[in-house]
Amino acid sequence: MSKVLLELIDVQKTYGTGENEVHALRGASLQVKAGELVAIMGASGSGKSTLLTIAGGLEVPTTGDVRIIDNSLPTLKPAQLATLRRQTIGYVFQDFNLIPSLTVIENVALPLELDGVKVRKARKAALDALESMDIGELADRFPDEISGGQRQRVAIARSFVGPRQVLLADEPTGALDSKTSEAVIRALRKRIDAGIAGVLVTHDAKLAAWADRILVIRDGQIVEEISNTITPEQFGA
Amino acid sequence: MSVRASILAVLTLGECHGYQLRQEIESRTGGSWQINIGQIYSTLERLERDGLLESVGSNGQGQTRYRVTPSGSVEAEEWLTTAIPSSPEARNELAMKLALAVTIPGCDVEKLVHAQRVQTMRNLQALTATKRDVDQNDPAELPWLLVADLNIFNCEAELRWLEHIEGTLARTAARGLNPNQTLSEPAKRGRPTKAN
Repeated sequence: MSKVLLELIDVQKTYGTGENEVHALRGASLQVKAGELVAIMGASGSGKSTLLTIAGGLEVPTTGDVRIIDNSLPTLKPAQLATLRRQTIGYVFQDFNLIPSLTVIENVALPLELDGVKVRKARKAALDALESMDIGELADRFPDEISGGQRQRVAIARSFVGPRQVLLADEPTGALDSKTSEAVIRALRKRIDAGIAGVLVTHDAKLAAWADRILVIRDGQIVEEISNTITPEQFGA
Repeated sequence: MSVRASILAVLTLGECHGYQLRQEIESRTGGSWQINIGQIYSTLERLERDGLLESVGSNGQGQTRYRVTPSGSVEAEEWLTTAIPSSPEARNELAMKLALAVTIPGCDVEKLVHAQRVQTMRNLQALTATKRDVDQNDPAELPWLLVADLNIFNCEAELRWLEHIEGTLARTAARGLNPNQTLSEPAKRGRPTKAN
């Protein structure tokens, strides 16, 4: 039985007060184990991105608990939370968020260097991460010298460089074509299989299908869980 | 395509004779599904044999009228709200089923669309899981990969279509439009309805 690395327990999130009150999440619960990828699908405004930002400690839930590897995020002090975020959680966004003035390897090594890891060691870890994405040869290029698909693979490498165990991705292939998307999700999946817990927010069914479980969120509540329970033979693939 | 279940579904609205059933199914599926009258009659015989409908005598023109039995109603209801396996061939059946379902009062079309979305998503997941385990650099896998990708894109297309349908149904309901249809006056025997 793999260890649960990320857990949301009855999380509610409300923005505004009185007439302007918006319930973004109405009691969402979720567990993600090591080596597991969970996809969250839902319409715009369903609360899926809020769920991801709360899971990553970027926002605090109004009520409920978020636990990452035995830490309860709402009880941590800001400095502790920042450290946990930097060391444990990796984010992948649609728009890559790479720093244009840094080379690929410098971008990937940056989170480690910010954490006080020596440059040589950080670069070694960054190169390992790039090589696991099959883009080691791009290490010394700048972001504007590589393609969109390559940039996203760099962003994924950055998201799990070092000891990070939880990977959160928000529409990671939103800006990519179909073939490149598949290469990116394949790389992401490979990384999850190596023992990371992943949450993938997407409206793309083809992408979500790479997950072990698909949760459907509507009006701030998880209304459905779809697991891969049938074999392709059953429907004549 | 299930002629059998479609006949039962229409008969839940009232008694019909064979030719009338053909007209009803045709008009309720937008004229896109034309069934051979011989197939209607042979299916009616089998349904009667199986106790899903019963004949209630003839009308003045010698046409046998049928009515659905309670077990026939149950089968119709089940068919109308159950997902079907995904495949390009099956999609046409699904379209016909949905078209028919929106014309049957009290039929839970949302339930059908939802069940189908879950089913298709599972299929997509299963296909993807198989593809995940394939060595992309092995040329022997290429033919299989091509077919798998076709199935994957078909599943995706079906999911998008179902999502679109959900929106259309919601908008139709919001505008207060009701596509339910009671049975029409049967046209004269032997003369097919002309498309307008």
